[in-house]
Amino acid sequence: MPKSNLDISRLKERYHTMLRIRAFEEFAIKAADEKLVLGAIHPSIGQEACAVGVCAALRQDDFLLSTHRGHGHTLAKGADALAMMRELFGREGGICGGKGGSMHIADFSVGMLGANGVVAANINIAAGAAHAAKLLGQDKIAVCIFGDGAINRGPFLEGLNWASAFNLPVLFICEDNQWASTTRSKDVTGGDDPVKRANSLGIKGESVDGNDVMAVEEVTTRMVTEIRAGAGPRLLHAKTYRLLGHTSVDKAAYRPDGEADGKWAECPISRTKDLLIRAGVSESEISKLKADAAAEMNAAFEEAKVSPWPAISDAYSDVQDIGSIKPMDT
Amino acid sequence: MPTITYREAGKLAVQEAMQADPSVWCLGEDLGRGGVFGQYAGLETEFGDDRICSTPISEAAIMGAAVGAAMAGTRPIVEMRFADFALCAIDELVNQAAKARYMFGGQVKVPITVREPMGMWRSSAAQHSQSLEAWYTHIPGLVVVAPSTPADNYGLLSTSIKSDDPVVYMEHKNLWDVSGDVTLGQTLPLGKAHIAKHGGDVSVVTWSAQVHTALEAAEILATEGIEIEVIDLRSLWPWDEDTVAKSLAKTGRLVVCHEAVGVSGFGAEILATISERYFGLLKRPPIRVTAPRIPISYAPNLENEVKVTAKDISNAIRQMD
Ligand SMILES: Cc1ncc(C[n+]2csc(CCOP(=O)(O)OP(=O)(O)O)c2C)c(N)n1
Repeated sequence: MPKSNLDISRLKERYHTMLRIRAFEEFAIKAADEKLVLGAIHPSIGQEACAVGVCAALRQDDFLLSTHRGHGHTLAKGADALAMMRELFGREGGICGGKGGSMHIADFSVGMLGANGVVAANINIAAGAAHAAKLLGQDKIAVCIFGDGAINRGPFLEGLNWASAFNLPVLFICEDNQWASTTRSKDVTGGDDPVKRANSLGIKGESVDGNDVMAVEEVTTRMVTEIRAGAGPRLLHAKTYRLLGHTSVDKAAYRPDGEADGKWAECPISRTKDLLIRAGVSESEISKLKADAAAEMNAAFEEAKVSPWPAISDAYSDVQDIGSIKPMDT
Repeated sequence: MPTITYREAGKLAVQEAMQADPSVWCLGEDLGRGGVFGQYAGLETEFGDDRICSTPISEAAIMGAAVGAAMAGTRPIVEMRFADFALCAIDELVNQAAKARYMFGGQVKVPITVREPMGMWRSSAAQHSQSLEAWYTHIPGLVVVAPSTPADNYGLLSTSIKSDDPVVYMEHKNLWDVSGDVTLGQTLPLGKAHIAKHGGDVSVVTWSAQVHTALEAAEILATEGIEIEVIDLRSLWPWDEDTVAKSLAKTGRLVVCHEAVGVSGFGAEILATISERYFGLLKRPPIRVTAPRIPISYAPNLENEVKVTAKDISNAIRQMD
């Protein structure tokens, strides 16, 4: 429960960022339904608190590495919504020039080193980014967010062991939405807790209510302070719930009837709204925050829609310096 | 101009690169002890264990961490120990290192040099002997290098480390002890072939340890009055089509020999490209002299079955007429 004015204004800010993420994804889903976004998109609706709470605890020059479900993380790290929307549409001016799409969103100017289309691949890459920061004597840290499904791939073992062995400044975050595609993660996972797996590799960790944005921010802030001070890696297990299907076209019919129904009221946006109301923030102010977020993303949607396609020559650029080919070589 | 081994030449290139650029570092298993072939011997003493980083046996993490560290502003030299083990890190190389620059729209480059000692060496059998260079040429974003001499190992490795592209750098395990003259400071461009022996009758295109085999064949054939031209490609992507075409304009006869399995080997790409673009230069059907599509055995007589020898090459050439 926020007490001071400072707490309330911070909470409003976090709430607004979560609303922006929600609105971005609602427009992305609409665009996918209208065949304006052609590739798969993986909405993080219901999981916004993890993105916002974590990024609130980071500096802009800290590295963040994300997953296929990374719109929220990327926006929270400070990437431009219009450039992201254009990327989903595959248009010129997209954050990756339209060459990556939803699963390869990155914004190196804000330390966001990429979503990844390969589950768990960013765990090792994050360890390496942290390794470089240490070698270069910088005090940046790397944060790697991955899903509950990712902890069953090899890079989880190799990357966590690596970070532990070299005492690297990296924070691993298992954003546990309980589902991995159409499979309930606990049905295919040995042991009951990613924190224990981390502990077995010499990494301290804790669990947090991943739908409580202030709790996520608080524990992340504490862990980041320890990591920056040289304490080595940490793992945070943020428990949340994937309210929609795996992708925008997945109706999640494999889930037991009604499983998700009660979960909407527990989503981070509903919960934060309740907190704000109880702290005395007016409904009209809350509606205005919502309207602002929707207007921003509506404008991004409309702008992306009329943005031109990338030039064909872009297909040949940024492959490599040595041995690159030109269109006529094909 | 010192005379040094292929192994020492590689080490010298690494050492000079590390002296010149503090962001260059090496990571791989057992590097502190000099690496399994001694190609890092003494470097830990000079540069410390942060920059000569002895890692856990975690190939995916070695390659993946190098990708992240490259994105974060360093220039990692990745040691895979045996090219065969790089298969444990293929996602990190193919999906991550090779693609990051492109799929992120040019926001970042991944300047890693991946050393993958390749090839047959002393009854090493099926999992420690392979020549998989062709696989990497298939991947947009990668540069593929296979040096054959100490001077080339020095010159090409120096250039590879400075390159902003991910380079798969394949030294041949059977060449570590080969000695040769190396001119300090003489780096070599990637994509430029070397004519190891001039000749006007047949163009023999090859790389890595097979260059030496082709040169042996050249000696045999010279006694019979056949002068072959031995072209050492040095790098397979990019590969020096022009030099091959110029040679063919003279000889009209193309032979490609390589240690790797012939099926879908890089020789197939060379023959296809030459047929498509320079068909008119060919006076005879081109020939590949390559390994049969069987795994590499342990027993020396069975291992020999897959070896492409000077005799195999000279026999093939004689049949061209
Ligand atoms: C290596 C790999 N295997 C399989 C897939 C296909 N895939 C994409 S997302 C996904 C589920 C991932 O689950 P989790 O890690 O829990 O993340 P979530 O989707 O729940 O955010 C799968 C299996 C993939 N992208 N990469």
